[in-house]
Amino acid sequence: MRFSTITSPHSARPNSVSRTMLLVILALLPGAAAMIWYFGWGVLINMILASVTAVACEALAVRLRNRPVLPVIGDFSAVLTALLLAVALPPLLPWWLTVIGVAFAILMVKQIYGGLGYNPFNPAMAAYVLLLVSYPVQMTSWLPPEMLNEHPLTLLQSASVIFTGALPAGLSWDALTMATPLDAMFTQLDQSRMLSEILAQPLWGDFGGRGWEWVGNWYLLGGLFLLYKRVISWHIPVSMLGSLLVIAMLFHFLDQEAYPFGMFHIFTGGTLLGAFFIATDPVSACTTRKGQLVYGACIGLLVFIIRTWGGYPDAVAFAVLLMNMAAPTIDYYTQPRAFGHQGAGRD
Amino acid sequence: MPHSVQKQQKHTLYRFNGGLHLPDNKSQSLTLPLEKAALPKRLIIPLQQHIGEGAEPLVKIGDQVLKGDMLAKPHGYVSAPVHAPSSGTVVAIDVLPIPHPSGLPAPCVVIETDGKERWGNQLQPMADYQHADPSLLRERIRNAGVVGLGGAAFPSSVKLTPGMENPIDTLIINGAECEPYITCDDLLMQTQAEKILIGIGIIRRLVGAARCLFGIEDNKPEAIRQLRQAVADAGLEWVSVIAIPTLYPSGGEKQLIKVLTGREVPSGSIPATIGMICHNVSTAFAIAEAVVEGRPLISRYVTVTGNGVRQPKNLEVLIGTPVAELIAQAGGYTGQVAKLIVGGPMMGFTLNSDEVPVTKATNCLLAADSHEAPDPGVAVACIRCGRCASACPANLLPQQMYWYARAKDLEKVQEYNLFDCIECGCCSHVCPSHIPLVQYFRFAKTESWAQEKEQRAAERARQRHEAQLARKERLEAERKAKLRQKKEALKKPAVQQPDAAQVDSADAVDPKKAAIAAALQRAAEKKARLAEQGVEPKNQADLSEPQKQAIERVDKRRANSDANSVTSEKQGG
Repeated sequence: MRFSTITSPHSARPNSVSRTMLLVILALLPGAAAMIWYFGWGVLINMILASVTAVACEALAVRLRNRPVLPVIGDFSAVLTALLLAVALPPLLPWWLTVIGVAFAILMVKQIYGGLGYNPFNPAMAAYVLLLVSYPVQMTSWLPPEMLNEHPLTLLQSASVIFTGALPAGLSWDALTMATPLDAMFTQLDQSRMLSEILAQPLWGDFGGRGWEWVGNWYLLGGLFLLYKRVISWHIPVSMLGSLLVIAMLFHFLDQEAYPFGMFHIFTGGTLLGAFFIATDPVSACTTRKGQLVYGACIGLLVFIIRTWGGYPDAVAFAVLLMNMAAPTIDYYTQPRAFGHQGAGRD
Repeated sequence: MPHSVQKQQKHTLYRFNGGLHLPDNKSQSLTLPLEKAALPKRLIIPLQQHIGEGAEPLVKIGDQVLKGDMLAKPHGYVSAPVHAPSSGTVVAIDVLPIPHPSGLPAPCVVIETDGKERWGNQLQPMADYQHADPSLLRERIRNAGVVGLGGAAFPSSVKLTPGMENPIDTLIINGAECEPYITCDDLLMQTQAEKILIGIGIIRRLVGAARCLFGIEDNKPEAIRQLRQAVADAGLEWVSVIAIPTLYPSGGEKQLIKVLTGREVPSGSIPATIGMICHNVSTAFAIAEAVVEGRPLISRYVTVTGNGVRQPKNLEVLIGTPVAELIAQAGGYTGQVAKLIVGGPMMGFTLNSDEVPVTKATNCLLAADSHEAPDPGVAVACIRCGRCASACPANLLPQQMYWYARAKDLEKVQEYNLFDCIECGCCSHVCPSHIPLVQYFRFAKTESWAQEKEQRAAERARQRHEAQLARKERLEAERKAKLRQKKEALKKPAVQQPDAAQVDSADAVDPKKAAIAAALQRAAEKKARLAEQGVEPKNQADLSEPQKQAIERVDKRRANSDANSVTSEKQGG
């Protein structure tokens, strides 16, 4: 008998890129569903719009590069990027901003560098920052969470606002939207209000903004699922959340009325989404274990610094992008000690 | 006795980085009693079944050989002989397909067996092996053709000759058998515990180790039990049979040493540098057979398994038995067979045909279906997830090595410790992008070796060229110096000439003729001196009578015309 020959190992491979991406998408779903629950249909519309745009852009770029299209679409990385961006966008963002953001993420941040695996920056976060810097008003017009929302929109109304900009009769943008808890907190702190005074407002739940903290919980759950499935390792989430928590608690301890408590930082804004789904993006993060600890800790630190003293309300995107730039250098200096070698790597 | 077995003291174990928990797939081939494979009509014995120089054939086509006769003797120090696994007639000595990753054929001796299994009597049992001289033991092990049976097939006698600079204190016996599917060592340990311990005793004497750590993965409880019992029965308090966690690749030499002792063999070194030596359990058995029974290495246990055969099992197989016959004895192929692998699924290599023989290093034949050994899918881009690094038992960064290997940046990939890679396949196994990482590393290693060889050759050529230039320069300088001397001599001949005492006074005025005469005389003197010592010029050593006469004629003619015909320029130059 004749047999085909290949080199070892011959065993069936338990992992694949598409499986990895699908697991991350799956883990994202509880948080995304919570977003829809608290912030309305606009979130779902954004997710669908972003996904379709991402796949179309990816297909176009791969076509132009003369590569087979289906395997690239089939790795689901474009969809994941789209979903991560979509859940970070305000629910009633005009459709063309979503399209611009996703197209930028896929074409300029990912494909122009060579596609999946070659992009130095996290595409979703780069797109988020592009939109935030270019369209700050639209990007900070958030809806109040479900329990505080006096004018919940139906699916059709949401679609109408997103695609035509036409508000339901009798409603104004001001009536419809409000700042995010993070925005509200730091704007008021900047106005030298006391923390206790701010927290007396109905906006707040146990740890962060009402509704927001629950979304955070679901992201946390998804993240634990990813840890359990070993899609991500604990190093980046733990070091990022840990460093953020520690420094926030330290400042809160120093001045209890000027700096929000530690858990506020964890459960408000994009911290938990960032810790489990954004900062752990393997392509743009550090790959050595020690490096991941440094990388995560620095993101946590930057998040605190930018939130507290920076000009933008949330900081996860900026922190991640800044650390993306540092990742190769961190990797270089945190190589593990190879078996049978003296000393620790290249330190 | 079981009481003393229980008293096994707790041994501290250590961890290496990464490793994999693989489905072990061992139970299907773990069947007792162990069968002997049927005697095949033809045995194909490759001359090189070991690391080092191939053996030199001692037989010719048509020779009758008896079981255990040496078919080929070792060639050089790092080499091993091969023996006739059964009696019969040598029908061919030819280049034939062998099981080798390269797929290249190699010289083999083919024996047509006579079915009588008659033994020759080349090696005698060494009854007093416990007191025999170590050099005799080593010679026996070498003459029995014992090589490392863990896979590398390094001649054991060489490995059992430790250098003075590295005293050995610990003997490690590798019974881990960490690759999935393979069970031949397990069965050997279950059935031959006493003899294995005899082999260990011999090895211990030869290397001078104080203790022996015998590592067995804990998925082989019966083997562990048998060996602990045998150790207790024999009262060998210096042997510790240690159950180690089942974690691929704990059977890698350096990994096993780390697990058992916590010590790491320095990169690029052998275990002896930290006072250890590691032998496979079946090597210990083969050594005992060679010494105690006088039986050369002509058979071994082979696992025949996988979903591609009907009845997976272990067989005691004569070296040289064609693979196809073993498959037939395991019930033949099932319809699903897709690949035929020698060794395990992680480090084995595929055969393109089953018309190759079992060699000393063949421990397992895995006839795998397309689920057990699927065709590798298309590799997609690396997503830098780092799973490869988490799985790497050598604590390397396969991902970085891959980028550099792909870019053919050999210097950089070596900087990332390419040569510490043991090619265990963990990284490739876990890679979600299905990148054949190990293949890239093999490529980079081979390229590095080729480059190094090229550099050495270039360096040699450069040195040769420089030496040649220097020589030419020197000769030129010498020539000029002589020329100058001669010119000076010509200017004042009266001062120079009296020195040439032997020269005929008639010629004294002509320095050229004087030089010729001097040279001729020197040659004659040298010839006479050599003749006195009984040394003759080699080129005349075995000449036929007519040739000698011809030479004489020429010499005579030359003697007559010499003085006139030889040009002084040539002689003087």
